Amino acid sequence: MSHRRTVRWLVVLAVCLFGGAASPPDSSTPAADQKAFQDYFRSRFPGVPFADFANGPYAVDAAMRKQWEEIMQFPPYDFALDEGKTAFAVKFANGKSYADCFANGGIGVRQNYPYFDTKTGDVVTLDLAINRCREANGEKPLKYGTGMMASLTAYMAETSRGKSFDIKIPDDPRAREAYEAGKQFFYTRRGQLNFSCASCHVTAAGQRMRGDILAPAIGILAAFPIYRSDWGSMGTIDRRFTTCSAQMRSVPLPPQDVAYRNLEYFLSYMGNGVPISGPGTRP
Amino acid sequence: MPSTIRVRAQAGDTVTEVQALIQHPMDSGFVKDSNGVLIPPHHIETVTFEHNGKIILTADWGPAVSKDPYIKFSFKGGAKGDALTVTWVDNLGKTDMLEAKLA
Repeated sequence: MSHRRTVRWLVVLAVCLFGGAASPPDSSTPAADQKAFQDYFRSRFPGVPFADFANGPYAVDAAMRKQWEEIMQFPPYDFALDEGKTAFAVKFANGKSYADCFANGGIGVRQNYPYFDTKTGDVVTLDLAINRCREANGEKPLKYGTGMMASLTAYMAETSRGKSFDIKIPDDPRAREAYEAGKQFFYTRRGQLNFSCASCHVTAAGQRMRGDILAPAIGILAAFPIYRSDWGSMGTIDRRFTTCSAQMRSVPLPPQDVAYRNLEYFLSYMGNGVPISGPGTRP
Repeated sequence: MPSTIRVRAQAGDTVTEVQALIQHPMDSGFVKDSNGVLIPPHHIETVTFEHNGKIILTADWGPAVSKDPYIKFSFKGGAKGDALTVTWVDNLGKTDMLEAKLA
C-alpha cells in the first residue's frame, strides 16, 4: 500500500469515527421511541384497532375475548367501584376531600397520570398523588396494591373511561432521566428466568405463557386497577409490577419505588393515545 | 351499607335468565393468614331465590365455593315487573336479602 493511499484511508477512517459521532447511536427521543413502539404493535397486530389495546389480551385473542364479554355482563370489580365512589366523597377530618387535591375535582383525570412533577423532581403516579393528598390533609396514607387504594383508583379510572393517555415529558433533564430510567428497566433482563418486561410483553406479546395470553405492552396500564381472577381480588399497578417481578424470579421492589414509578412513566408514555378502560378484569 | 347482592334478571318469551353476584369472603377454614393462624370458616350455606314469593332455587353452598360467588340460572315463566327475592345465610348466621324486579 502506497504512502498516499494509507493517508487517504486514515482520512476515511477519521471521517467514519468522528463524522459519525455527530449522530450518536443513542439519539432516540421519547417521541421517536413512542412512534417505533406503537408502529411495532400496529404491524404486529394489524387487525386490532388502536384503541382496543386498552383491553390487553382480549384485544388479541378471540376466545378470551368471548369469555371476557360474558364476565363483563357482571363485572367482578363492581363492589370495589362502589366502595371507591363512596370513599372518594367522604370528607377528611379537616373538612377537605380528595376532590380538593386533584384537577377537575379528580373526575376524568386518570389519563394524565403519572406525570413528572418539576417541583419535587419525581414521577407522581395516581396512587402516590392519592396518598400525598391524604398526608397533606393529616390522614394516614393508604396501603398500596390492594384494598381501598384499588377501589379509589378504580373509581377515578371509571370517571376517565374513553379519555386517551396523555402523558407529557416536560422540558426538564430530570424528567428525561426518569423516562430513560423507566425505559432501561423495561428492557433489562432480571431474575432467575432472565426475562425483561419486553421479553413477554413486546417480543412474545399475544403468545401463550402456559395457559395465559401475554398482553401487549402498548396500553397495558389503561385497564388498571384490575380484578384479577388469579388474585381473587382487586390489584393496582403496584400489585401487578411486584407480581411480575416475582414471576420472573427477581426480588420485587417496594410498591411505588422510584424504579417502578419511572417504569410506569415510560410505559404510560408509550401508550399515549390508548383510552383509559379501567377498572378492568383479567384472568 | 350497600347491599352485598347484585342481581340482574331478564324475562324472555318463555324463560327468565337470572344472574347474581354476592360479596362474601367465603373463607374455607383451611387457609392460614400471613401470621400462620388459621382463618376460621366463614362461608355461605344457603342461597334462596324467590319469584313472587315462591322459592324457585335453593343452593346449598360450602367451603369449596369461591370468594364473591356468581350464580346464573334460568327458570320457566316470569314476566317483566315480577318480584325476585335473593337471600343468603352463612355459617355464622349472618344474612342479607335483596328484592329486585324482573326486567
